[in-house]
Amino acid sequence: MADINLTINGQKVTVPEGITVLEAAKQIGIDIPTFCYEKGLTAPGACRICVVEIKGWRNLPPSCITTVAQGMEVETESPAVVEARKTILELLVANHPLDCLSCEKSGNCKLQDYSYRYGVASQTRFEGEKHEFGIDDSNPYIYRDLNKCILCGKCVATCRAVSDRNVLDFAYRGFNTKIATFMDTDLKDSTCVYCNRCVAICPVGAIVDKTMMGKGRGWELEKKEVTCTFCDSGCKFDVNYKDGKFMGVTAKSPDQGRPLCLKGRLGIELIYNPDKSELPLINKDGEFVETSWEEALGIAPIIEKLTAQKK
Amino acid sequence: MTNSIGEIKDCDYMLVIGSNTTETHPIISIEMRKALKNGATLVVADPRKTEIAELAKVHVPLKPGANIPLVMTMCNVIIEEGLYDKEFVTNRTEGFDELKEATAAFTPEAYAGVIGVSADTIREIARGFAKANNAAIFYTMGITQHTSGTTNVLAIANLSMLTGQIGKPSSGVNPLRGQNNVQGACDMGGLPNVFPGYQAVTDPANIEKFTRAWGVQQSEKVGLTVGEMMDAAHHGDLKALYILGENPMLSDPDISHVEKALDNLEFLVVQDLFLTETAMLADVVLPGASFAEKDGTFSNTERRVQRVRKAVEPVAGKADWEVISEVLTMMGYPHEYCSASDVFNEMVSITPQYAGMSFARLDQGGLQWPCPTADHPGTKYLHEGKFSRGLGKFTAVDFEPPAELPDEEYPFVLNTGRRLYHYHTGTMTRRAKGLNTIYSEETIEINPADACSLEVGDGDTVKVSSRRGSIMAKANVTKRVPQGMVFTSFHFSEVAVNFLTNTARDPIAKIPELKVAAVKVEKIS
Repeated sequence: MADINLTINGQKVTVPEGITVLEAAKQIGIDIPTFCYEKGLTAPGACRICVVEIKGWRNLPPSCITTVAQGMEVETESPAVVEARKTILELLVANHPLDCLSCEKSGNCKLQDYSYRYGVASQTRFEGEKHEFGIDDSNPYIYRDLNKCILCGKCVATCRAVSDRNVLDFAYRGFNTKIATFMDTDLKDSTCVYCNRCVAICPVGAIVDKTMMGKGRGWELEKKEVTCTFCDSGCKFDVNYKDGKFMGVTAKSPDQGRPLCLKGRLGIELIYNPDKSELPLINKDGEFVETSWEEALGIAPIIEKLTAQKK
Repeated sequence: MTNSIGEIKDCDYMLVIGSNTTETHPIISIEMRKALKNGATLVVADPRKTEIAELAKVHVPLKPGANIPLVMTMCNVIIEEGLYDKEFVTNRTEGFDELKEATAAFTPEAYAGVIGVSADTIREIARGFAKANNAAIFYTMGITQHTSGTTNVLAIANLSMLTGQIGKPSSGVNPLRGQNNVQGACDMGGLPNVFPGYQAVTDPANIEKFTRAWGVQQSEKVGLTVGEMMDAAHHGDLKALYILGENPMLSDPDISHVEKALDNLEFLVVQDLFLTETAMLADVVLPGASFAEKDGTFSNTERRVQRVRKAVEPVAGKADWEVISEVLTMMGYPHEYCSASDVFNEMVSITPQYAGMSFARLDQGGLQWPCPTADHPGTKYLHEGKFSRGLGKFTAVDFEPPAELPDEEYPFVLNTGRRLYHYHTGTMTRRAKGLNTIYSEETIEINPADACSLEVGDGDTVKVSSRRGSIMAKANVTKRVPQGMVFTSFHFSEVAVNFLTNTARDPIAKIPELKVAAVKVEKIS
């Protein structure tokens, strides 16, 4: 494969042919904002937040679907780019419930991060009608507040990546467009199995892990990555601790084209189940009495009796 | 599985027998859906119209226990019409004449009624299977949990060898294992007749090998299977049991019998995460460690050995292997283990299929056995070019109906299985809040026609009784079950269906016939 030479923000860079401007920028540590782009899923180039300026081009192309070309001169934070991004953010914020104070996603939200980065405040130029969708709190695992949805479509793409799963899709048109299940039912009445792929990928607070709600801010949680071994998929999970205390398990990322599922998360939940006996128990006249390991393993009955049966 | 999970999507013909794949093996069913998208043909044989049956081109609503008639009539058609793989049969197998003779009586016309589909359908699926480029068979407990379990599996082997549909990618015989490590438990000799690596205890050379490896004189006597242990405990021949992570008080047939057997023991130790129904009968209960609390390996259904890594310290202070190791030491076993990898190194040294594995290699990703040497990449599919025994042997099998069939007093067949949201005896999943919200109550599935004649409405409480016991549950009136059959799972202690099931066992593998028992159904309210 041929190498491509281009300039990004005045910096010369050589990258392999066929990659996108976004990927090329990433290689030299330049962060271009993205909403709808996700590595491994189809890039729709829809949200336009990743636009860049390329010398000689008439418009601002989205960097996630623009492939690099020989001699390109790219600016990722030029005044025109910043103005475009600001406008996109203002349009999104104008129709977004700004309850960041109590939003579960606060601190881990792309809309919040980029608004901060580009100085977009809650009062925008575009005040108007706001969505008033009902909250989907119908099931034990996923909390959906579509008023916060920015229609990036990543949940639809990741759901579709599991063969025949296809629980989610875009529904309705124009301002009324929303992400919906078949017949726009609650998740409970859909074919959703709560694998949480969509939760793992949602850039805002529209789809959140219900089991983690109220348990701690993103920055308070210490995360330890574990790989689930229930099947060969090898999905990654984060075990979350706050002040050293176990808080829950969250889906991290599905392995390439692989589904996450409930099993891994639940398996870990069980470690801290209150029913779980932490000490050996000895049956004394029909009553179970807690005892130490030393006593349980050392006591005469186990050893003597097992030895006696050995013959 | 002789094949790998990743090969499923390239199958062009899938014969699924006695497997409720979408509920019991959801990840495998996703691969099957990929194959369907690629144009594969799916045939499902199951008495119930399960989700996977809904996806099939042909659903054979198999009458309970009619596995042998189905497979043998398929063999009959394939031989009669000359569709068998002559080259494969000549070069790789023996006993073809015996098979041919045994299948002669199994004409589709003679057995269509026994199986529950037309002779033409049997011909159609037999031809499709034989002519496919890559046909694979998938089965689970619908094949094995019968008094004819072993012959059912032999019949499936016959079909795959006859058509040469084995020993190549995306084509073979694939029993789907129910647990993440049941394959590993078998690999490690968790069976009464073999040492690790399926090395027979009756072979003096193996006795010598393991006596030397472990420094303890080994017995050449074949041990007892679970069902036989319960019988022996019942008779007082077995006096002590150490049960780890198993809950026979819900999972084994005829729970009343199990309870008497366990009560009759002089000493019972149960090691489990929770105080299960079985643990309640124990003299000593030792806390188990869940998978995130211990190091080690799991071997999954595609023979893949994978590392499991400790994410948190064991809540009870000890991982399972440490407990077992300490008990061993106190019982006088001469060797002490220092770590999980210490245990694994021993496994590798005595198990030929694992010989080339190590924790260091497994850290780079799972390995599929056989993996005989340190530079062997592992084996994606089995039996390429040669079977383990050399030539594949056809076995003449005959049809034996299930041990207990419906009669006037007990007119229904009881079939048992699993649900998507729960796992085994519910020890873990019933304690997972969300799952227990989504699926909190077990029901008995009954066909609308039967419900009508019993005047049972959806949600009415019914009493289901067999010769061994009775249970009560709400009726779920559904066409998923055929007329004359009722179905439920064994996940719920409130609806402990194994009070009803039959202990009749397969004479060779000793697996109980959990799929067929005669019951009666009465309306309560």
